[in-house]
Amino acid sequence: MSTTANTMAKTIEQKQQSWLSEKLNSQTFWVFIAVVFACLFLTFATDSFATTKNLYNITRNVTFVAIIALGMTLVIITGGIDLSVGSVLCLCSMVLGVTMHAGYGIEVGIAAAIATSLIVGAFHGVLIAYIGMPSFVVTLGTLSVARSLAMVASGNTVVFEFGPDHDLLLALGGGAWFFGIANPVLYMIVLALITGFVLRWTRFGRYVYAIGGNEHAARLTGVPVRPIKVAVYMISSLSAGIAGIIQTGWLGAITTNIGAGLELQVIAAAVIGGAALAGGVGTATGAIIGAALIEVIRNSLGLLGINAFWQGCFIGGAILLAVLFDRVRNFRQNDE
Amino acid sequence: MAILELTNISKHFGAIQAVNDISLSLAAGEVVGLMGDNGAGKSTLVKMIAGNYRPSHGTMRMEDRELVMHKPVEARQHGIEIVHQDLALCNNLTAAANVFLGRELRLGLGPLKILDYAGMYKRAGQIFAELKSETRPRDLVKQMSGGQRQAVAIARTRLSNAKIVLMDEPTAAISVRQVAEVLNLIRLLRDQGIAVVLISHRMPDVFAVADRIIVLRRGRKVADKKIAKTSPEEVTGLITGAIEQV
Ligand SMILES: Nc1ncnc2c1ncn2[C@@H]1O[C@H](COP(=O)(O)OP(=O)(O)OP(=O)(O)O)[C@@H](O)[C@H]1O
Ligand SMILES: [Mg+2]
Repeated sequence: MSTTANTMAKTIEQKQQSWLSEKLNSQTFWVFIAVVFACLFLTFATDSFATTKNLYNITRNVTFVAIIALGMTLVIITGGIDLSVGSVLCLCSMVLGVTMHAGYGIEVGIAAAIATSLIVGAFHGVLIAYIGMPSFVVTLGTLSVARSLAMVASGNTVVFEFGPDHDLLLALGGGAWFFGIANPVLYMIVLALITGFVLRWTRFGRYVYAIGGNEHAARLTGVPVRPIKVAVYMISSLSAGIAGIIQTGWLGAITTNIGAGLELQVIAAAVIGGAALAGGVGTATGAIIGAALIEVIRNSLGLLGINAFWQGCFIGGAILLAVLFDRVRNFRQNDE
Repeated sequence: MAILELTNISKHFGAIQAVNDISLSLAAGEVVGLMGDNGAGKSTLVKMIAGNYRPSHGTMRMEDRELVMHKPVEARQHGIEIVHQDLALCNNLTAAANVFLGRELRLGLGPLKILDYAGMYKRAGQIFAELKSETRPRDLVKQMSGGQRQAVAIARTRLSNAKIVLMDEPTAAISVRQVAEVLNLIRLLRDQGIAVVLISHRMPDVFAVADRIIVLRRGRKVADKKIAKTSPEEVTGLITGAIEQV
């Protein structure tokens, strides 16, 4: 009798321990702690960090990388990569801008931009899932093609007049409609919640993890691997398209070099947040926290008066540290 | 009465003829041992029955209806379950998630359905208890021993009321005690009237549970005999080719 009670108590204890150790073992958790400490440090070390204006800017700047990192995280979980997001963002912005500049309303512009992103994503998905081409190569091709198409669409000019709904577009991306929170932040929160829900609670999310864990096993057990992969690349492009629309509203102008090099920041955010490039691991929260860390690093360098040229070193260092941490954790687990 | 009937089934992958003109039948409550050298075509044959591959030629009939399947899901709907040779497990998922992979339990109505975690943990736990396995539903497969992994793969076959269970080397990586458990499970399935196909390289296991032995060599069926009418020596000869055909 008492032994049963004992074992039960032990099991419960073990469960609590494993929950705690799971938290302590999670890369996302430690990156989150790093973000919090960096923010605290900057609050006391500088006068300009914890000002409403600076916090507003930081939170808004995070969103563009974070939104795309959500889509990228899905791709990375399946074991793929999407290098095209920066160019797709540019192309979708340009489609939006050119459509609205031609006199169409904002709904038409947004619909055209989103349709563009979905077509690009479906194209990736079909080449990768059905033809079997490596995601790296396919999206590397689009990295080049999409930006070139954006140049063609705009005649390589700056678009800054958006027709009859000009003001609405600018308010959409640049405004702060609720409690002084920048609109893009709200979009990011909503998209993060949706992504988190889908990954954890839906069958689609479960299949995304299964494909990353063991694609062959997923196929043998009847997971519709190919359609899911197509959907994942469409979501990745879609997230780039949405970020492009928001960014256009915020900047109020589109040049053909927006989003250049963005893919690397996005991948960095996902990886810092705990997504494993080998597939099978990653979360929506991680993507947001990873993006936050990158932005805090960028912001702090400016505030601390460190030359902006050092930025790359710090971000690169953060990537290496995050992944190194992951390795150390694995060594520990293998020792046990 | 035959529950499953294969007639002149062949499968080729490009120029490789993996399965060549095989006919066989399976009766309810019968255990058939399927033996053969590496590459003889055993896995390919059962994968066709499980809906993973489509035969290049030939027909399959189940309970006197023609069986044409495009997906593993359809085979399961017909009551055909399989334990794959490589177990087909995802290391990054929990035991329960692996058991239910491809047929998750879900809650809710209409288009928005969510995964029923509690239901899947509970059912998986019950099945592991039935199998006398210490596997815990919430553990990641990554951290499991060979025997626990095997239990997860076998647990899948217990999710539905199967009529045919195909086991592709279910005893390859496990201890003597666990082998005995698997063999007991096979007898249990047989007593429930389920037809079992057991692929194994271990002669004693096959002779312990099978009613009949089918031997494949280079994609062809070279023997199909009642267990009482053959011997390990004869089967060995058939597998290696020392005995041409019986
Ligand atoms: N998907 C595939 N594509 C091409 N060839 C295949 C494929 N699957 C099997 N083969 C070939 O078909 C033949 C039969 O393979 P199969 O896996 O059925 O053998 P097996 O009897 O299960 O062998 P083992 O005892 O090693 O498991 C082999 O020559 C193998 O190389
Ligand atoms: Mg085999």
